[in-house]
Amino acid sequence: MNARLRTRGSLRQLIWLGAVAALGCSGTDTTRESAAQGATTALSTQGELATRPVLKWGGDAEGGAPFVEADPSDLTKMRGFDVELAVMIAEGLGSTPEFVQVAWASIAASVERGDFEIGLSGVEDRPALRERYALSLPYYEFGEVLAVRPADRERFRSLADLAGRRVGTLGSTLAYQMLLDEQKRSGLVPVSYENDVHPYSDLVSGRIDAVLLDDIISERSLRRTGGFVIQPEPVATAHYVVMLARADTARRDSVNAIIRARMADGSLERVFRDWNVWKPTQAEHFARVLGDVPTASVAATGTGMTSLRSYLPALLRAAGITLVLSCLAMALAVGLGVLVAAGRVYGGRITRGLLMAYVEVMRGTPVLLQLFVIYYGLAGVVRLPAFAAAVIGLGLNYAAYEAEIYRGALEAVPRAQLEAGRTLGFSELQILRLIRGPQALRFALAPMTNDFVALLKDSSLVSVITVVELTKQTSIYATNIGSWLVPGILCGVVYLTMSLPLSHFARRLERRWSVA
Amino acid sequence: MTAPALRIRGLRVERSGLAIIKGVDLDVAPGEVCALMGVSGAGKTTILRVVAALEPFTAGTVVVGDTVLEPGPVAPQSQLASFRTNVEMVFQGHALFEHLTAGDNVTLALEHVLRWDAARVRARARELFELLGVSHRADAYPRQLSGGEAQRVAIARALAPDPILLLMDEPTSALDSARRSAVAAMVRSLAGADRALLISTHDEEFAMACAHRVIRLDGGVIV
Repeated sequence: MNARLRTRGSLRQLIWLGAVAALGCSGTDTTRESAAQGATTALSTQGELATRPVLKWGGDAEGGAPFVEADPSDLTKMRGFDVELAVMIAEGLGSTPEFVQVAWASIAASVERGDFEIGLSGVEDRPALRERYALSLPYYEFGEVLAVRPADRERFRSLADLAGRRVGTLGSTLAYQMLLDEQKRSGLVPVSYENDVHPYSDLVSGRIDAVLLDDIISERSLRRTGGFVIQPEPVATAHYVVMLARADTARRDSVNAIIRARMADGSLERVFRDWNVWKPTQAEHFARVLGDVPTASVAATGTGMTSLRSYLPALLRAAGITLVLSCLAMALAVGLGVLVAAGRVYGGRITRGLLMAYVEVMRGTPVLLQLFVIYYGLAGVVRLPAFAAAVIGLGLNYAAYEAEIYRGALEAVPRAQLEAGRTLGFSELQILRLIRGPQALRFALAPMTNDFVALLKDSSLVSVITVVELTKQTSIYATNIGSWLVPGILCGVVYLTMSLPLSHFARRLERRWSVA
Repeated sequence: MTAPALRIRGLRVERSGLAIIKGVDLDVAPGEVCALMGVSGAGKTTILRVVAALEPFTAGTVVVGDTVLEPGPVAPQSQLASFRTNVEMVFQGHALFEHLTAGDNVTLALEHVLRWDAARVRARARELFELLGVSHRADAYPRQLSGGEAQRVAIARALAPDPILLLMDEPTSALDSARRSAVAAMVRSLAGADRALLISTHDEEFAMACAHRVIRLDGGVIV
């Protein structure tokens, strides 16, 4: 599995898009000599290069080393063990490798639509994927390992020990599926993350009690940040494979032959040793592959949500989360928006200036960034539960938009009516409550409805702070079964079921009020 | 001699250093209808708005009943409670509350400002609607009313607290000539033993028809 940051429009992603655009991904980029040696074979001479067909391969460079990462000394070059395997495969097929950046969760969909011929970036071997795609032999065996705080080393040795505890992992992965299976058995609480940094920082800070992830990722995080221990016995073993489109079985067979050959001649072992991910169990795995012994299947069932029927309850639960989250966030946004608008219309110069600054900051910065700051950035000061952080984050952001709507609506009530109110002796508060407010509400109704529908959809952003709402749940299901078609349609229908009645209600109210 | 309903002395209004009203003295007696005439920009509406305590003035005094308005910023609503029931204004364009029916426009202040009981509020509204001939339109919203009806409802709303001084800003601006004479008669009937009217208008014929006295204003002074 590859780590990933599916943050929309993240800076890193932009850099990648630029950096890898025209990348002929040669493994020669690696700084280490032996890797360079292996990769040089792929390139041959310039003349040969020009005539050779191109093999496009997709991977997620955000996953970083040792899978796929940009060479720090030259960001246009990729390196990693998956990169070197891609070079070997291209060489074996007589092609020149060309790297295509793709988000990890989209590798399956992209390979099927033909964005590239092979997907290779810590793609996990799963029965559901085997049904829908042409998958290669498992070229690497990894362990799903538990990371816990040092004090819990003896307490939490297996998933069963973590009944009722919060355990983090990357969403849409095999590990997440294992946690969901365990949830049914022991009531463990799976927490889904979008990248592989925050699960470990949350583990250290005490937000969660364990992290279940691939040994490669766990060990990398241990080196980077530390503060936790990895249980030596893996919870399960699983494998990385090369993914091809379903109909591309001929090429898949060639890829298998290349993998076998590289396993047999020791070059694949060399690559794994170079990247420090070779373990004794790997030799046994190679022997099994070469001896045609079936590889042990993953301990997790991996089928918990592969059928539509078993997925529906999860989808409805997620839809409920989306709806409750959106309603609470909108209530906060409306309440705060009214106060901000009133302050901007009635307040003194300093109040108006401060509130304008609030509005501009909240509107002018991405809500995603605000969610990150509230959930992770403020964790040292106040450790909010994810759901509360989501409500507050979305509520504070939308309050800025609501405030502008209400301010405009308040100012749209004719001045002469306010003066008529004054001559009749109403206090300013009464004028707001009895004359200005009710009319402003009518002006604000249509844009408010728009905003609520937008909020309903924007609530999908909170998956970055571990809240599994409708879109995230759909994405998990889609990755599970390797197709977006049915999950996408279902998800869309559920969103529409929530938003259409709202629009209808608003239109009716508008019609009723249009007389007055 | 009875005390005037309105007494203005040495009124001066400046905006951005420019004098708009340059020293006006004016008394309006109870029962009197006084028309302020002049071309646009002569300062008619400004005088009305100052008397209604909607705009500040620079110098002079304005006295209505026992309330004396002083130069400087307009006093907060809380300090003008009795003044607000003594002086009402009918705005050009009516300024009815668009979200309320004609009936509710008239009763809103009686309920929420004067806090009359429901029966008294209903009786007063009925009386005013009958007086002004708009009883059949009590349930209509402002945008469903004709210009003449809206004006009558606006007058009913202003009369509801029974003010001693009623200000009217350009009451004929939205009316055709056939209706003006009818309105002039109606307006004249609104002044009673205890109520004075000060009307701004640029309509000579209307002023002559409804007012006991016509004051002409030009360039911020009475001519």
